[in-house]
Amino acid sequence: MRRLLALFALLVAPLAVADITPPDVLVKTVSTEVLDIIRKDPEIQRGSTRKTMALVEAKVLPHFDFQRMTALAMGPSWRKASPEQQAQLVDQFRTLLVRTYSSALVAYRDQKLDFKPLRMQNDSEAVVKSEIVQPGQQPVPIDYSMEKSGESWKVYDVAVGGVSLVTTYRDTFNAEVKQGGVDGLIKSLSDKNRQLEASAR
Amino acid sequence: MTRGLTALAAAALLAGCATTGTGARDPRDPFEPVNRAVFEFNEVADRTVFRPVAEVYAKVLPEPIRTGVTSFFGNLNDAWTAANNLLQGKLGDSINDFGRVFVNSTFGLGGILDWATPMGMEKHNEDFGQTLGVWGVPSGPYVVIPIFGPSSVRDTAGFVVDIYAYPLFWILRWADPVHRVSWRNIATGVGFVNARANNLAATDLLEQAALDRYSYVRSAFFQRRQNQIFDGAPFVAPASSRDSFRRTLAADDEWDAPGLPGRAFAGLPVVDALPVAAGTGTPDASMAESQPQAAIVQ
Repeated sequence: MRRLLALFALLVAPLAVADITPPDVLVKTVSTEVLDIIRKDPEIQRGSTRKTMALVEAKVLPHFDFQRMTALAMGPSWRKASPEQQAQLVDQFRTLLVRTYSSALVAYRDQKLDFKPLRMQNDSEAVVKSEIVQPGQQPVPIDYSMEKSGESWKVYDVAVGGVSLVTTYRDTFNAEVKQGGVDGLIKSLSDKNRQLEASAR
Repeated sequence: MTRGLTALAAAALLAGCATTGTGARDPRDPFEPVNRAVFEFNEVADRTVFRPVAEVYAKVLPEPIRTGVTSFFGNLNDAWTAANNLLQGKLGDSINDFGRVFVNSTFGLGGILDWATPMGMEKHNEDFGQTLGVWGVPSGPYVVIPIFGPSSVRDTAGFVVDIYAYPLFWILRWADPVHRVSWRNIATGVGFVNARANNLAATDLLEQAALDRYSYVRSAFFQRRQNQIFDGAPFVAPASSRDSFRRTLAADDEWDAPGLPGRAFAGLPVVDALPVAAGTGTPDASMAESQPQAAIVQ
């Protein structure tokens, strides 16, 4: 029996790999899985940011295109940055977003999430729409802008209530670059991350 | 108390002035120094008064009671939302909202229970500023209102109408004309603290996420209003203006934006860009100048 199963797995596995998970299924599966863990984990319940961040790093991070997010948030300034600066920017921005996202997950863990039917922009662009449903209040839409890169779909922007994460950072990033150059922005980001790290549990 | 507030305001003004004067100016925000000062004042007022009060409120009152308070004020808002949807020509939404008020005011015991949502009547939030936006009134410059926070010239005008039209104040005027002012003050206070308590998690996140809270909130405000006016319909600038925007960027910086989709620009507050800024050559302004009508029609 076991051998039969192994044979079956061997036959089916390549098929499963070739089949790209559709973007809406991906977002739904990952959100449900992560929220389930958060709701059950006693350490996270007690407010361990580090534990949540580790969870987000492992489960959520692989599905985000941080390079693209950073480039979009930088706008034209992205081209002014050297490859080393770009790498630092992506790194710092990722740390900041992972932390914020982790806190958001913990803060809103008990809210009900609804997913809406998928609307594809074209073959390689999609917006996955979901909603936080709260009693007595208007639902808060959460939209994931996604792009197919290679064999998988990746998120490059999240909009909460119509407010795009990337666009919101763009104003600040532009101002920082105008004031202190690309290095000034890198410094502000890493200062911010250090300060948050120091106050984290 | 008054003297304390004045001192607070003065300190905030100084702090605000100290942090401005450098960096890029946002064309939507010509009054940035004043706005920053008011923003600082609001932050201090929030830190010292509203936030602590809201935290105690959230701690003392059990969740179901707070939900009841939220629903009660939400029901009053629904009535004004229904009127605004009517003014915006959204008849279906308006009927839905009037239906909500009817169901929740009766079966929902004066609004403290929200039966309408589980019955399939979705809640909307509309105010007069949004109605003006739908009518084609541009947002005008960014304005930070003391205590109440981010707004614009258009939305401040809308806010005044909202306050005047607020159903609760009319009910109080009718029900208890003698004490209506005290009732009004109590209701405003409870509503404000309840709303602040509902926002505690969100403001914690903001504090974490933002490098500069002022510009972060400002950008979020313009995007949110844009989204509310179009009721979440994704706004994509017409191809021609998008191309001209790309050309502007390219000419400005030789930025080739590899693989950047049009969608990325959709979040830019095109309609809300200032008429004042037109002609300054910024991408926002040139887009607003060329396409405001088309944007409204969409």
